[in-house]
Amino acid sequence: MRSLAVTVIAMVGLLVLTPGAFATDVKIAVAANFTPPMEKIAALFFKETGHKLVISYGATGKFYAQIKNGAPFEIFLAADQKHPQRLIAEKLAVAGTQFTYAIGKIVLWSPKLNVVDPDGAILGSGDFKHLAIANPKIAPYGAAAEEVLKKKDLWQKLQPRLVVGENIAQAYQFVATGNAELGFVALSQLKKENEPSAGSAWAVPQELYSPLKQDAVLLAKGKASAAAKQFLAFLKSKKATALTRVFGYE
Amino acid sequence: MIALELSPVWITLELALVTTALLLVIGTPLAWWLAQNTSVFRAPVGAVVALPLVLPPTVIGFYLLVLLGPSGPLGKLTNSLGIGQLSFTFTGLVIGSVVYSLPFVVQPLQNAFEAIGSRPLEAAATLRAGPWNRFFTIALPLAKSGYFSAAVLGFAHTVGEFGVVLMIGGNIPGRTKVLSVAIYDHVEALEYTEAHWLAGGLVVFSFVVLLLMYSRRRRVRIGV
Repeated sequence: MRSLAVTVIAMVGLLVLTPGAFATDVKIAVAANFTPPMEKIAALFFKETGHKLVISYGATGKFYAQIKNGAPFEIFLAADQKHPQRLIAEKLAVAGTQFTYAIGKIVLWSPKLNVVDPDGAILGSGDFKHLAIANPKIAPYGAAAEEVLKKKDLWQKLQPRLVVGENIAQAYQFVATGNAELGFVALSQLKKENEPSAGSAWAVPQELYSPLKQDAVLLAKGKASAAAKQFLAFLKSKKATALTRVFGYE
Repeated sequence: MIALELSPVWITLELALVTTALLLVIGTPLAWWLAQNTSVFRAPVGAVVALPLVLPPTVIGFYLLVLLGPSGPLGKLTNSLGIGQLSFTFTGLVIGSVVYSLPFVVQPLQNAFEAIGSRPLEAAATLRAGPWNRFFTIALPLAKSGYFSAAVLGFAHTVGEFGVVLMIGGNIPGRTKVLSVAIYDHVEALEYTEAHWLAGGLVVFSFVVLLLMYSRRRRVRIGV
């Protein structure tokens, strides 16, 4: 019985200690909208450096609250610029490490052909019952949609037809399931690695909304980690930015 | 005082009342059948009724969204009947809530019916009471406290639901924006004062409802 206990303890000890013997894990919090390119980037980073990224995907605001309350993340890839800035101001992130790793694009989209015209004129003609957007109060992509509608002077007029998703993923679901005929979604949601997505869409011109800059920052907990710094450098490299573009970011 | 939008409170109460009333009507025959039946279907039907206890609400919400959508079977049905699409409407919320709170009403009713046992009903049968008569004059009055629990739990559970209504409601102010969604929005937007008022009210309200139920339960036990 005793020898069994010793064996179990020894095995657990081995399991706990082994990964550290080869390379360093980097704990990283990533905005959910960046999931598809992140998977590819992490795989490539592992192949080139041997460092494994331990990735948590989620909402930027929630990560911010968790980091403030002691979450063990070393890097934060946010969906906006505001939250990394705040973390730097609060000394929870390292000053001078913040940079834009991706710029999101919004698209007015319908899964059906010939619903959305290439100029988005359908918004004015109003041939639909429901228009899905992400919540402008809490989601950056929702705020961008509000900006577009306001610039087109349609915000007030379309109020009764707006259905609001908690985030951009829910807005996408409303449209993809056909419950809303069309909606403002992220271009990255429509990209399946170079495959043109089905349906019809209006690629909203950049002058109609402020750029959706997504910023990365080194967190205080990752300050001493060489692997974490190495990953931030990798994220700026041509290889990583090329991957990011493929998925509909700039 | 802060300006607090109160329409979510009224929508929530209306939703909970309508849902509870419907659930008592639907739940009664279902619970009765589950309590009386001995066929092979009893176990699978009971398991299906209990499923909403296990499934994450956003999953239930997502499937309802697919079902109610224009290409889903329910959506096709309502469209062909001229009712139109039910997602993003109050009726859609009622359907979602009925599914979501079903076990909270059916299970207390089933327990109450089972607790009656077969003897009072058989005794009534020997006195030539028909099945309907037996149900309404024997089973229903004896299951009174089960009905009370079922109504309170169904109501309270509907008031507290979040994931399902968030998915199929579309968060439309004045129509489908319920209390839990309003609180969530305030918290996410860092409007903590508004969130505290609504959340505090919800806590007090829920406590009173549950207190009512537990104090009554004890009285019943002592009374018997």
